[in-house]
Amino acid sequence: MRWFWIDRFTELQSGQYAKAIKNVTLAEEHLHDHFPGFPVMPGSLMLEGMAQTGGILLGEKNNFEHIVILAKVPNVTYHGFVVPGDTLTYTAKLMNDSAEGGSVEVTAHVGERLVAEAEIIFSHIDQSGDFKHLDQKNFVFSIGGLLSVMEVGKAGA
Amino acid sequence: MTSDEIFTKVRDTLIDALGVDDDEVTLESRLEADLGAESIDFLDIVFRLEKNFSIKIPRGELFPEDLASSDAGLVKDGLVTAEGLAALRTKVPHIDIDTFAKNPKVENIKDMFTVQMLVKFVQNKLA
Repeated sequence: MRWFWIDRFTELQSGQYAKAIKNVTLAEEHLHDHFPGFPVMPGSLMLEGMAQTGGILLGEKNNFEHIVILAKVPNVTYHGFVVPGDTLTYTAKLMNDSAEGGSVEVTAHVGERLVAEAEIIFSHIDQSGDFKHLDQKNFVFSIGGLLSVMEVGKAGA
Repeated sequence: MTSDEIFTKVRDTLIDALGVDDDEVTLESRLEADLGAESIDFLDIVFRLEKNFSIKIPRGELFPEDLASSDAGLVKDGLVTAEGLAALRTKVPHIDIDTFAKNPKVENIKDMFTVQMLVKFVQNKLA
């Protein structure tokens, strides 16, 4: 299984905001353990989806020239359950962008219902001390797949 | 803005960035040793100061870039040289170089990253 916790980008305004969706399905094995008889999308994976949406928004701003990693989550709040059949919409706004990293504010909605919100900080790991020798581009994009997710509204169509 | 007002805002910035309590933050508090800041927190602090004071902080202006990896001559045998100290005085005048110079081990520079240093930096920036 690839570590993709978004299914499709639906909007992207370079350097400003991005929207991505995640369809939650009962075919996801972890939902049968989380929890038995009461399947709920884990909050940690929603956070990962929010980070992927925000991380790609930041990466795209710099033409994917940096390796963007999730570095810190100063705030995250969950407001409600997300269950199979729900479509999560992650909306990430780029708040900061510098040579060393950036930050985003992200919300997660199911329809009109706000289910989670977070502030996430990313580091450009290729710009920091020990990792300066890395010359590969953002590895998320070297394995294929996610680039087609980026084709706003087209992937899978 | 008075230095008291700047301190209050800096304190609020650190409460948000580091999750510390307001009574933990004094002018003398060291960001790492006393308030538990880690490397990524410095970027968080920069972002929050920029927002809270409506200023721009270019890379290396608040916290000096890694001295050891920069131009030769600034560090020798783990100690910042006289040239290095002179460079710091010019580049990061908000840092208490006089105190640092008494035991100028490279790693000791982090103990100079205090709340007072942040207040002074913002003061210089707003002046």
